[in-house]
Amino acid sequence: MKQTDIQFDQNGLLRHFLTIDGLKRNILVDILDTAENFATVGTQQVKKVPLLRGKTIVNLFFESSTRTRTTFELAAKRLSADVLNINIDTSSTSKGESLLDMLRNLEAMHCDMFVVRHHQSGAAHFIAQHVSPHISVINAGDGQHAHPTQAMLDMFTIRRHKKDFTKLRVAIIGDIMHSRVARSEIHALNTLGVPEIRVIAPNTLIPPATDSMGVHVYHDMEQGLKDVDVVMMLRLQHERMQGALLPSEHEYFETYGLTSKKLKLAKADAIVMHPGPINRGVEIESAVADGPQSVILEQVTNGIAIRMAVMSMTLGRQKSPEGNAT
Amino acid sequence: MKLLIKQGHLVDPANNIDGVHDVYIASGKIAGIGNKPDGFKATKTIDAKNQIVIPGIVDLCVRLREPGQEYKGTIASETAAAAAGGITTVCVPPDTDPCIDTTAVAELIHQRATAAANCHVFTQAALTQGLEGELLSEMATLKTQANCVGVSNGLKPVENILVMRRAMEYAASCDMTVFLHAEDPGLSNNGCAHEGVMSTRLGLPAIPESAETAAVSRDLMLIEQTGVRAHFSHISSANALHMIAQAKQQGLPVSVDVSIHHLHLTDLDIGFFDSNCHVIPPLRSQRDKQGLQQGLKQNSIDVLCSDHQPHCADAKLAPFSATEPGISGLETLLPLSLRLVDDNILDLKTLIHKLTVAPAKILGIDAGHLSINAAADICIYNPATNWTVNPEQFTSTGHNTPFTDWELQAKVSHTLLDGKIVYQSES
Repeated sequence: MKQTDIQFDQNGLLRHFLTIDGLKRNILVDILDTAENFATVGTQQVKKVPLLRGKTIVNLFFESSTRTRTTFELAAKRLSADVLNINIDTSSTSKGESLLDMLRNLEAMHCDMFVVRHHQSGAAHFIAQHVSPHISVINAGDGQHAHPTQAMLDMFTIRRHKKDFTKLRVAIIGDIMHSRVARSEIHALNTLGVPEIRVIAPNTLIPPATDSMGVHVYHDMEQGLKDVDVVMMLRLQHERMQGALLPSEHEYFETYGLTSKKLKLAKADAIVMHPGPINRGVEIESAVADGPQSVILEQVTNGIAIRMAVMSMTLGRQKSPEGNAT
Repeated sequence: MKLLIKQGHLVDPANNIDGVHDVYIASGKIAGIGNKPDGFKATKTIDAKNQIVIPGIVDLCVRLREPGQEYKGTIASETAAAAAGGITTVCVPPDTDPCIDTTAVAELIHQRATAAANCHVFTQAALTQGLEGELLSEMATLKTQANCVGVSNGLKPVENILVMRRAMEYAASCDMTVFLHAEDPGLSNNGCAHEGVMSTRLGLPAIPESAETAAVSRDLMLIEQTGVRAHFSHISSANALHMIAQAKQQGLPVSVDVSIHHLHLTDLDIGFFDSNCHVIPPLRSQRDKQGLQQGLKQNSIDVLCSDHQPHCADAKLAPFSATEPGISGLETLLPLSLRLVDDNILDLKTLIHKLTVAPAKILGIDAGHLSINAAADICIYNPATNWTVNPEQFTSTGHNTPFTDWELQAKVSHTLLDGKIVYQSES
């Protein structure tokens, strides 16, 4: 497949990490296993390994972010890389400099990796297509397209709790339409062999061809939650009331908010996940977000290990040629 | 100069000719077909053996980018590209900058086109002033003083339905055809890809089919009410085409064209964000493509056109939704159209009809046929030349094509405009 080739170098090793769409199962498992090795680094006295010493990583964020950017930064630092954070709000790019010109300038400073977040779908692919051959690109979220490291840290969290993907029933609840997280999660869950993936939302928040991605669509949350092992909540952006997508946050919480009562419909040992930041009382009740089934904070911690794994695999290719061939 | 085109296989649907005939040209006009006129002595002979000779193609929708966007293309560069594509007449939509809502702009285009002398250029007048959808343009003046052949609002939908009604009523009283871009802006909602499997997968802002069908349905009501002659440009969905075909059957004065790329590509061709596949209206589903091909078979599509929109490289170098829509299509229109004949969707004569006399009729101009005394606008092509599309070799300054590396058959060898050779292939 020509389209996913861009993620690999000529030796078949992962060079960019842009989307999960098209990646094979062994690559995803490899990322999870590598992350498992890195998970202990954060608990050691000296929280550093020298894998990427001398490498320069640029966090290029065209969209604001706290959690994703800081975990990428921490991951890079724990791998001993130098990190440069560039936050570009959209107003300054409207000065006229094109994305490509900006990239050329940054390349001229001899960077090794761009971690990119951008409001337009396909931005990370575009950058990966145009960077010099020695540079790797990691997608930290592009428009409504993909957020592959978030999906992988979710898979990592699920695996730690549930072990076997092939026996799971997973529900994703909320704004699928505008969610890059949901798209990447769906690809990852399918690739890892989850037999039943449900998405639960009103029609206005579900894109029309969603069933083509291998999921079952539910509009009734109570039906959708029945007997699931994993409940993945999505954040509801406040601006979704605009454009006539939803009547009110109140009605959304009544119909699609996760409450303790609704959670009882899922399996007793079901875990509750959320990519953050959470809107308490909009998509999730505080009692659930802070409750015993919630793994939301674990997700944040696991994000560092996953990002270390992806960075070391893409940037450390030359040093460890065995590992992740296609 | 007296020109003889020898031994070519002539296909002229307007005159029902399909066979090997010599073509005699004198004083820029067709002097004889098959029979040599008395005293004719050729000063130049083109050997057209094993080649096909057709009337010069008439392209209903070609953006030359001048005035206003000369960095994308000029009247000289794009009419030369038309000639290289076997096209001898183009119709320019009014969305130049400034737009064609004054006679001065239309005259400027006509003058520069005459100076370039590559191709006949006709212009559409703006339907509303500044294409803003509020005030009527001076249609009657633009028709009588600047020879505009129709009115259109370019790619800007007229949102106010009352304004649209009035514009149609007024155009009808001027006896002008209204060219329509069917798009409901509320439903298309700044989208950039067909709402379907690909927009869902790639998270691209989507344009539903209903953005087109709702607009077609609205406009058909108004056409029926106002009695205006109307032409739907670049219809992209099977359902919209079906609605127009039905209206035509019921006797409404409507016609319709489809851009050649909608007959060959679907949204799947976007792959991973190929910005050369960013067009408006968007590439639609496989079902739509098949529906359009079916419509071609059943003769519900009147005309095929290139919808030529040349861009500079920068326009396509950005994340998909930030790129500018459009395809540089003049030089691939004929070979891509002929591919439909190879695919048994329609026969050669019907195809040539849809590329020549049918669009000429919609523009109300005398072109697209090889009758005696008609202007000698002629395209000669070799039906068996295999070539690979390489935009670097385009005559157009716009290299934006999704057909790069496509293997095509048929290449234009000569293009004649008023009996003069305006293009001749190197090989």
